[in-house]
Amino acid sequence: MKIKLPVTKAKEIARLQALRLSDKTIEKTQATNNFLTDIADVVLFITHLLKETFSRNFEIREFLHQCFKIGYKSLPLISVTGTIMGFVLTIQSRPVLVRFGAETILPGMVAVSLIREMGPVITALICAGKVASGMGAELGSMKVSEQIEAMEVSSTHPMRFLVVTRVLAATLMIPLLILYADGLGILGSWIGANIKGDVSFILFFSQAFSTIGFIDFLPAVVKSFFFGAVIGLVGCYKGYNAGRGTESVGKAANSAVVLASLLILIVDMIAVQITDMISK
Amino acid sequence: MKTEQTEQTDQTESILVDSAKKSGKETVIEINNLYKSFGSLNVLVNLSLKLYDGENLVVLGKSGSGKSVLIKCIVGLLRSDSGTINVFNENVMTLNRSGLDEMRQKIGFLFQSGALYDSMTVKENLEFPLRRMKKHLKQKEIDDKIIEALENVGLPEVIDKMPSQLSGGMRKRISLARTIVVDPKIILYDEPTTGLDPVTSEEISLLINEVQKKYKTSSIIITHDIECARTTADRLIMLKDGEVYEKGSLNKFEKSTDEVIKSFFK
Repeated sequence: MKIKLPVTKAKEIARLQALRLSDKTIEKTQATNNFLTDIADVVLFITHLLKETFSRNFEIREFLHQCFKIGYKSLPLISVTGTIMGFVLTIQSRPVLVRFGAETILPGMVAVSLIREMGPVITALICAGKVASGMGAELGSMKVSEQIEAMEVSSTHPMRFLVVTRVLAATLMIPLLILYADGLGILGSWIGANIKGDVSFILFFSQAFSTIGFIDFLPAVVKSFFFGAVIGLVGCYKGYNAGRGTESVGKAANSAVVLASLLILIVDMIAVQITDMISK
Repeated sequence: MKTEQTEQTDQTESILVDSAKKSGKETVIEINNLYKSFGSLNVLVNLSLKLYDGENLVVLGKSGSGKSVLIKCIVGLLRSDSGTINVFNENVMTLNRSGLDEMRQKIGFLFQSGALYDSMTVKENLEFPLRRMKKHLKQKEIDDKIIEALENVGLPEVIDKMPSQLSGGMRKRISLARTIVVDPKIILYDEPTTGLDPVTSEEISLLINEVQKKYKTSSIIITHDIECARTTADRLIMLKDGEVYEKGSLNKFEKSTDEVIKSFFK
């Protein structure tokens, strides 16, 4: 048996449901607006950056300083990770190759894996952790402590001085660090191969390099530049647009690492697809 | 009561303005009907003021009354919604980027936090604006100016130190040295004594007066520190909710019977 609700109660329920729906609509609209505002901010930031990159009065001293900071100061970290990368890859894959009697292809296989994929991606992810978070935290704290505004009133363009130099330095230095990591990775692989076997240094390297072709090397180098640009852009964007409190500095650094790492993997996926299409 | 007081204030204000005009002092900053809001929050409402050559104008007001926003609008760090801001007869709101850069060479800005560049030494901090604003200077001239500015704030010995090695008062002094090193005609002080002990606050206030005499600058001093206002003010303006609540001489403010003003001067 159906229970009939009084008309007034039904109206009240309808009104409450309508209100609940309108609240949800407002929330969804605000979320969409925030998302669109964020995209507009990113587009404006990149447009401003490009405009400043090609303007006169390039801050060469600051650019060189940033190259030194991003490149030279990352060398110890990249040296260790690069060597370990090759070493571990060799130790893990050697038993399988031995089982199939294909141990001789070990140097070539490791070299191709390192140069095509592992070297660029792992080095870029490590640099995202070190460089992008550093940029996010540095620019974020500069914003909180009014240093960016102080630059502005000193007739200095903060975008040109702080952002352009960092993005360009990262775009140039990350590929160099990746090549360096690749080289050390092959060295680490040779060390790994010599733990259980006995391969001469020259033989190992000549076998490794004879396997690497142009199609292995060029796409990896090209995508390394994109990785560098992503690290510089994300680090600077997050720091430059940090909020006012000290908490926002931590947030800027943290979100810079997360977003840069994610974008590196997305760029890598796109690069792999393009390389695959070209090589067919 | 407020009406009576407003009349008295207007008389005092006109006396001060007349005396400035009689002494041949020109207006260096003139702000008319300035409005600035952030979203639905009105920060500055129909604000008008003048700064005369060589005077120290103290802007008083509670936190959030729009004092810092006012000076950030003057220097073009924030764009006002409407009204005019004339600095040396040039409307800041109509200036493009290069015009703003040129105008900023005449205005020094002392930030509340000092805003010294953490990654640079004291010398590099002072060198930074000099290299950009006085491009014609040679290295020897730059070095001389840096030493002169540091001597004027009484800290020549910290030239090679990093900002993190300095105390709060020292940071404020170095920040002032960085402001005066480019010989500005106007200095905007954003709460120069905030966060300092009474003795250091007094030293900074006296230093503001010394700088004004030595460099012949005109200044707007944003503060809620009454002792700083007493030491530095030639004329005062009080802001409340983004509007000019009162203006006049220090004497006028101290004798005021208005509760809001009395709460500051007790």
